[in-house]
Amino acid sequence: MTEAKERPLKKVMIIVAKASIEDVYAGLIMANGAVMEGIEAKLFFTFFGLDAITKKQMNKLHTGVVGNPGMRMPGGLPFPTLLGVIPGVEAGVSAMMKKQMDALDVPPVDEFLDMITAGGGEIYACKMAADMFKLTKDDLSDHVKAIITVGDLYAMSGGDGTQIIFT
Amino acid sequence: MAEKTLAGKTVEVNDEGYLLNRDDWDKDLAAEMAKEDGIELTDKHYEVLEYLREKEAAGESLTIRKVGKSGITDIKGLYQLFPGGPLKLSSKYAGIAKPASCV
Repeated sequence: MTEAKERPLKKVMIIVAKASIEDVYAGLIMANGAVMEGIEAKLFFTFFGLDAITKKQMNKLHTGVVGNPGMRMPGGLPFPTLLGVIPGVEAGVSAMMKKQMDALDVPPVDEFLDMITAGGGEIYACKMAADMFKLTKDDLSDHVKAIITVGDLYAMSGGDGTQIIFT
Repeated sequence: MAEKTLAGKTVEVNDEGYLLNRDDWDKDLAAEMAKEDGIELTDKHYEVLEYLREKEAAGESLTIRKVGKSGITDIKGLYQLFPGGPLKLSSKYAGIAKPASCV
């Protein structure tokens, strides 16, 4: 039997590819949690995940209320999908979610990026997705360090104790 | 759980070094704890520690966001004061439990 030696986690590369509140926050919370533990963290936003670092969109994220089996009414009854198609429902549910998170000291996206970068975390945008959505560095949050290729991402992922996490 | 002698005082700590009784805490003890991690406590550090102790006693949940808005220091400053553990280390030196918070 070989003796398994525990190796501490030293760096996380977190990839966010979707724009819903829960997808974006999963990545942000994991990155922030990493820097708070002294673990190096780099966030890479791609495809619809770019909304989270696009100045115009970042604080207007929504959660999906249609086709989301985890969505429930206050009280626990299932949330009817047909209700989700009514204009304003998705915005209302999203606003409620943000309010509940704020009560737990989970900040809005721009402030969350402030917190992560204050701890030394780095924010990157995917070049291919930025090209596709016709976004330039000026459209993105000032916290975005660079627009990089997937090759650049892998080049940054070297070193013992690194994990790549795709949320 | 173990006993540890810090600043001439024998106190009970958990296996991560957090005090079990917050009343055992004093400034010299905090300084000695921080020294073990290579951190020299300044007045600014103590301001953060006192703030955490106060909020914890009031039953509030502790987050770096809250400390960052306390007016003592911002989040960047907090990371500089307690490198590698802005909330984890500060809570330890403040003699309170490790915060069960993700932010």
